[in-house]
Amino acid sequence: MSDAAAGADLQSAASTAPAVAEVSIGQIFLEFLIIGATSFGGVVPYLRGSLVTKRHWIDDKEFVEMLSISQSLPGLNATNMAVLVGEKLRGALGSIAAIIAICLPGGLLMYFIGNFYRIHGDHLWITAALKGVAAAAVGLILSTVVGLSKKSLANKFDFFFMALTVVAVNRLHQSVPRTLIVVGVLAILFHRPRKEQNESAAL
Amino acid sequence: MNQVPALVRVFAYLSLLTVGGGMAAFPAMKVQTVDVHRWLTFPQLIHMYSVGQMAPGPNMMMIVTIGSWAGGVLGAAAVVLAFFGPTAILAFIVARLWKKLERWPWRTSIQQGLAPVSIGLLLAGCFTMARGAIFGVETAAIAVGVLLVLLQYKINPALLVMGGALIGVLTLSPK
Repeated sequence: MSDAAAGADLQSAASTAPAVAEVSIGQIFLEFLIIGATSFGGVVPYLRGSLVTKRHWIDDKEFVEMLSISQSLPGLNATNMAVLVGEKLRGALGSIAAIIAICLPGGLLMYFIGNFYRIHGDHLWITAALKGVAAAAVGLILSTVVGLSKKSLANKFDFFFMALTVVAVNRLHQSVPRTLIVVGVLAILFHRPRKEQNESAAL
Repeated sequence: MNQVPALVRVFAYLSLLTVGGGMAAFPAMKVQTVDVHRWLTFPQLIHMYSVGQMAPGPNMMMIVTIGSWAGGVLGAAAVVLAFFGPTAILAFIVARLWKKLERWPWRTSIQQGLAPVSIGLLLAGCFTMARGAIFGVETAAIAVGVLLVLLQYKINPALLVMGGALIGVLTLSPK
């Protein structure tokens, strides 16, 4: 697919969205750098606050749609969103600027923290603090699981597919890719398009 | 010994497993980085993952730590490229194709089907981590406490993780 064709596609799509002045690569880089440096405790609300509320680079509907694309692709929400928003604003260069900028502050921080930990990690107080941090992180992940389940598990079959995934990885010690492919294909086939949906979608 | 090619291989592979979030790749990350390549120990992996939850930006930047331990600055850079490159390229391609896929009926099927699997992978990653992070009453209480607070109140999770550090120091440090 040529860039010109993609550009035309985007323009026809953008005609319904509010008109946005051309955003420069530098602006994209700076905005994502700020998000990357300040988004403590989860990137998504910061992305929305910055891109939708403050800059008006995308509207709320686009944001939700991009987030749902990000969630169904491999990759972290934060970096997938950076790629999608960067692409929308300035194509490939926009994506590259956004993803580098959002990773840079946290990456540098973890580089220095990692080296500090390697030298001082066996200090008693630090070990004790890290045990507490790790336990809290387990609670945090569990809360994410509960939140996502409430939002996106529609029926008891979905809970079955979820449980099957957990058992395959934790109990049967199947590799993550094998589990992902086998259970994923089963679940996708279960949710296959039905006749009546096709017709209503075509209308 | 130069670890960079191995780092690139492992993290490019892990990259493709992060369906639904970084935690989905955690069981495989444990096997590859701890058991196979011995770049760090399981407790170290859990510690860096948890500390990474307090850092701003994408919540898997702790991979930088593994890269730098195994291969210095070059290792850190290689790991970031390998871990974020493949999924970024995929997201870019999908961004270009998405408008065309809008009418494709299987698009919804894929989204609906992957949702329970990705949540399951998240939970499986959480259990793998809990095996190394939860031992005894104090750590279990911290995990349950954080879970209950987050379900009940809108509060920045990074603050709670810091709270965990404080409770850890107060209760787990040697008497």
